[in-house]
Amino acid sequence: MALKHKTPMLDELEKGPWPSFVTDMKRMAARKATCEDWLGLMEMSYEDKEGHWKHGGIVGVFGYGGGVIGRYCDRPELFPNVAHFHTIRVNQPASKFYSTEILRKLCDMWEEKGSGVTNMHGSTGDIILLGTTTDQLEPVFYDLTHEFGMDLGGSGSNLRTPACCVGKARCEWSCIDTQDITYDLTQEYQDALHRPMFPYKFKFKTSGCPCDCVAAIARADCSIIGTWRDKIRIDQEAVRAYAGGELVPHGGAGGSEKRAVDVQAEIVDLCPTRCMEWDGKTLKIWDEDCVRCMHCIRVMPRALRPGTDTGATILVGAKAPILEGAQLSSVVIPFMKMEAPYEEFKEFVEKMWDWWMENGKNRERLGELIQRLGLQEFLKNCELTPDPRMVNTPRYNPYIFYDPAEVPGGWEHDIAAYRSRHQA
Amino acid sequence: MSEEAKQKILDYVKGQKKTKHYFNDLCKAVPELKMMQAKKVVNELVNEGKLKYWSSGSTTMYMLPGEGDVEKEEKGMN
Repeated sequence: MALKHKTPMLDELEKGPWPSFVTDMKRMAARKATCEDWLGLMEMSYEDKEGHWKHGGIVGVFGYGGGVIGRYCDRPELFPNVAHFHTIRVNQPASKFYSTEILRKLCDMWEEKGSGVTNMHGSTGDIILLGTTTDQLEPVFYDLTHEFGMDLGGSGSNLRTPACCVGKARCEWSCIDTQDITYDLTQEYQDALHRPMFPYKFKFKTSGCPCDCVAAIARADCSIIGTWRDKIRIDQEAVRAYAGGELVPHGGAGGSEKRAVDVQAEIVDLCPTRCMEWDGKTLKIWDEDCVRCMHCIRVMPRALRPGTDTGATILVGAKAPILEGAQLSSVVIPFMKMEAPYEEFKEFVEKMWDWWMENGKNRERLGELIQRLGLQEFLKNCELTPDPRMVNTPRYNPYIFYDPAEVPGGWEHDIAAYRSRHQA
Repeated sequence: MSEEAKQKILDYVKGQKKTKHYFNDLCKAVPELKMMQAKKVVNELVNEGKLKYWSSGSTTMYMLPGEGDVEKEEKGMN
């Protein structure tokens, strides 16, 4: 089918071995005029080397302060079908499990009421429905909530849609029920999700084990990462089987061939804290020095497994901005059991939010506030006790700042008494 | 208390030159309230249609309904 707009630059993106979104969009353009104009607008942006979308607006659905992102084209006379092109964020189910039935319904609805183009999933984790007009927002919202049992996700200065890894549903390393935590937090904090109140965005992400498959540590304001506090479970027979070439290492991730694992070179020598020892027959682990890097468990999953006294490490303060470098989150609670109904965790969250709301500047993420006012302030306000496990790097500044309240007698000195002792 | 706080917030917004306001700015109008309490008041104003949300997608701000007209916005006039 001949397209309304010539797209020589976009056509380049159809070459090469990978599937191309341009090819998909051209297919859609055959039945949706929106996609035809969308391609034309993109080609113009490539030619001009600048965007032609206007971002943001007052559009939304009644009672919700998030979930819809207003978007308009700045050349509506050339591309009238994308003059309004709002994005809808839909709260994805925990771990992103769907039935084919619901996906078909969702796609059919979006072909009828929107552009027909989706992004599964956005970096926050939501289902992104790309491009619709203002008059379709309420009908889409009605279908989502009444027909599909779904809801809008978070955007703007809201709690963003909590996200998690696949968890215990499919992963034997998961130390916590990531899906239950995500569902529980989503239900508990509905108000924060839909009615903005924070200085800026706030993200919870939950990973079942320290492999951290949702990259919580790199991008969540509050990361919940599964861990254990007892010993790594060792099957010494299986360790010897790996060393003898009877098993496929890395669970087959590096190839399905069996080969002998050099336990000393591939595991013990690569342990970041050197907490392991291998004498050719028995593998010993000094668990008190283990930092949960997961390397040994990943190489020999049949031989090594996380312990059984499981819970989570709570970290705060990550952000992954585009212009500046990413900031990783810091440990604030080394171990918490994380059992339903998660009261201990929620008490912490509410103290953390109170402090951030009272002290955060506009558009200041929690991690930035901690950097500005200090981790000590954060810990004090969240009633947490400092712990060596919160220290990432030993400080190199020799000066120690004491809180006067923590020093007997404070800073007050009896000057007269001092002078009487030092008269010259 | 709630009605008084609502009026203070509306007076504050009406007294500003700029049309979009952060939540933190609205709280300046009611310094006696904790942020969580202020949020409830602001929510009520939104539900009553006396304030509107404006969102860039990453940040949310508040504005008076008269200043946030969907039709104008769609024509690029806001």
